[in-house]
Amino acid sequence: MNSSYAIPAVALVVVATVLVGAFGLRISRTTSDFYVASRTVGPRLNAAAISGEYLSAASFLGIAGLVLVQGPDMLWYPVGYTAGYLVLLLFVAAPLRRSGAYTLPDFAEARLASQGVRRLAGAFVVGVGWLYLLPQLQGAGLTLSVLSGAPDWLGGVIVAVVVAAIVAAGGMRSITFVQAFQFWLKLTALLVPAFFLVLAWQADGAPGRPFDEPATFREQRSVRVDDGLTLKLEEPLTVTVDGTVDGRAHDGDRVALPAGTHRIEAGARLTFAADTPVPAAGHGADDALSPSRAESRTERPLYATYGLILATFLGTMGLPHVVVRFYTSPHGVAARRTTVAVLGLIGAFYLLPPLYGALGRLYAPELTLTGDADAAVLLLPDRVIGGVGGDLLGALVAGGAFAAFLSTASGLTMAVAGVLTQDVLPSRAVPHFRLGTLLAMAVPLAASALVGGLPVADAVGLAFAVSASSFCPLLVLGIWWRRLTPPGAAAGMLVGGGSALLAVAATMGGFPGGGGSLHALLAWPALWSVPLGFLTMVLVSLATPGRVPAGTAAILARFHLPEELGTEELPTGALPTDAPRTDTSRTDAPRTDAPRTGTSRTDTSRTDAPRTDTSRTDTSRTDTSRTDTSRTGTSRTGTSRTGTSRTGALPTDAPRTDAPRTGAPEAAADPRREATR
Amino acid sequence: MPQDPTERRVTVTGPPGRALPHARLRSRGRHPQALGHYRPRTEIDEQTTLGHTYVRSLMRSQLRAGLTALAVLGLLVGPLPLLFAALPDARRLEWAVLGFGLYAPLVLLARWYVRRAERNERDFVRLVEDR
Repeated sequence: MNSSYAIPAVALVVVATVLVGAFGLRISRTTSDFYVASRTVGPRLNAAAISGEYLSAASFLGIAGLVLVQGPDMLWYPVGYTAGYLVLLLFVAAPLRRSGAYTLPDFAEARLASQGVRRLAGAFVVGVGWLYLLPQLQGAGLTLSVLSGAPDWLGGVIVAVVVAAIVAAGGMRSITFVQAFQFWLKLTALLVPAFFLVLAWQADGAPGRPFDEPATFREQRSVRVDDGLTLKLEEPLTVTVDGTVDGRAHDGDRVALPAGTHRIEAGARLTFAADTPVPAAGHGADDALSPSRAESRTERPLYATYGLILATFLGTMGLPHVVVRFYTSPHGVAARRTTVAVLGLIGAFYLLPPLYGALGRLYAPELTLTGDADAAVLLLPDRVIGGVGGDLLGALVAGGAFAAFLSTASGLTMAVAGVLTQDVLPSRAVPHFRLGTLLAMAVPLAASALVGGLPVADAVGLAFAVSASSFCPLLVLGIWWRRLTPPGAAAGMLVGGGSALLAVAATMGGFPGGGGSLHALLAWPALWSVPLGFLTMVLVSLATPGRVPAGTAAILARFHLPEELGTEELPTGALPTDAPRTDTSRTDAPRTDAPRTGTSRTDTSRTDAPRTDTSRTDTSRTDTSRTDTSRTGTSRTGTSRTGTSRTGALPTDAPRTDAPRTGAPEAAADPRREATR
Repeated sequence: MPQDPTERRVTVTGPPGRALPHARLRSRGRHPQALGHYRPRTEIDEQTTLGHTYVRSLMRSQLRAGLTALAVLGLLVGPLPLLFAALPDARRLEWAVLGFGLYAPLVLLARWYVRRAERNERDFVRLVEDR
């Protein structure tokens, strides 16, 4: 492929990303900006940012590749990714925002008042985050090597460096702009070429073959097999071979292969005549690491499909980078509306990858054999349109693909670094967050160098399965069930998520070989591991009724009560406006926000729960000297309110500069002064 | 400024022992003349059994909305794999439904749910604020 346009396009995307990030950095001045963008991101901007972050390499490249190789059954992936947001909306979105927690571990601690559960959740967040970062880095490597022949690791390193720099420098505020920008970039990068591809397809007489099964070669096509592979033929196949097949060397001979399994050695060149059905590749080609996932699909297609549906529908809510974004909404109602907007945006985006998959089956079917199916989206413009136009469109797609890696990787890094900073590193100040960022990126980068190629969409599917069986029960039961106990939550996460993780690891390690039903069970764990997680959580909780945290009723009230109850500042009956109160108007944020957080949390959850464990969180994450004065102020007036210290589980809204360090204690001591400020 | 909480702090005198000062303050702030009249809002603030019942009723109505939407989603999506398995020749149908047909219903379902959930909350606020 001609790389003379593609490399500049990728470079342009990287530079634009850095510039947009720097723009965000210029207006990211407070600690609160840094972590949650001061919670003033309106639904429209936030929805674009969430979608930008969510549409990863798996969506941009992986789905088309999977559809090309395995047919329309794989369209369940985008459907599941979208419907996952619906399930998130139904049960989690608004209560999660109202919970005031910043990460999943924060949620676990706020709900269950248990450090143990918090640490366990943190471990799962980091695990899922790294499992999800890995394919992003690998996808970047693949893209760059397809475009320019650069070594495999280079793309991953570029993405890692750019992302670590942006996240460490600008935090959430920068990332919000970067991701919103990248959503529109990605949509454009698929939409414009798709338009021309469809025109070319129509000019071609609109052949309906892409929907036929199996795909066939339209014209004579010769394929070079780079890695050895096994062909599974259901019917005899005549092919011209230049290389070694089944241990016999050929030199441009026409060979009639009978039905059955054939071994093609690396370096062989196969030439298929027009109208030959594309043979199905077994091991070796696309999924070197998990040779049998494709097979177990063909053996248990229904089971596998339902496993996939369950994992994606329920797994979305537990993805660490998705959850963090909800805290940037100003309130629960905005969180809900944002989710609807996200559904619309990603639904629109997902109309495109199937198109590429279908056209790929028509125009580039041999990709199933060469193991570069993930590159189908990149190669199609050149293949179908050709010439300078094809090169330019290819460059656009390449830029979009890089945007996909950058945005998802930055969201994940943000989430993983947040957890590392809170729970692993000694202090929660911004410099430590920056250190956490480097750590969050270094590990998957090293891992991607070590383990080599997981197919992009598959690896993401694994992350979904683990998330669905650990975080989904925690969130759903935590929000809706009063009798959840810390031991129950811990056991459920360990049993559900742990078994999914083990099953996935076993499958990737090649156990148990040879297929069969046990194999399918392990390769698609969600169908049993999700109910197992829920069941364990419920049963252990019921068995330990004495351990229900004391403040449960108050906390659940806070999750579900609308914010307006307890906010006198707002006119009665009117919902808090969610007009995109954009972020540049940073100055008015504290004035509207601080009193609300100060009081709304308070009145619903003024109790008994031990203050000590949470107040730890509150001071140290933001720089202590700049504590939100209004919060401290109100807590003085009440007698003993833990609600306020819960609020503190979040970075506060007060701008750093607003309360002079020296003045803060006095202001806090005198509530009137604070209130009249 | 009458809305200023610090002013009210001084003026409010209520029956002792029932509520924390700030809660009384807030719950009566809007209708200071309604002294002695305990509104649901106060019950929630003070976490009485009645207050819990109010919160529970809100949770139940929200959960019902969520489960209804989930059931619709299940009915919409659940039978599809079986259908496609039963009709192996209907590839074009599978492409059309999975590739293009499902997204609009998902968005519509989401919009329905949000409207319902927001209505539940409005009703609840109206109940609690005693209006």
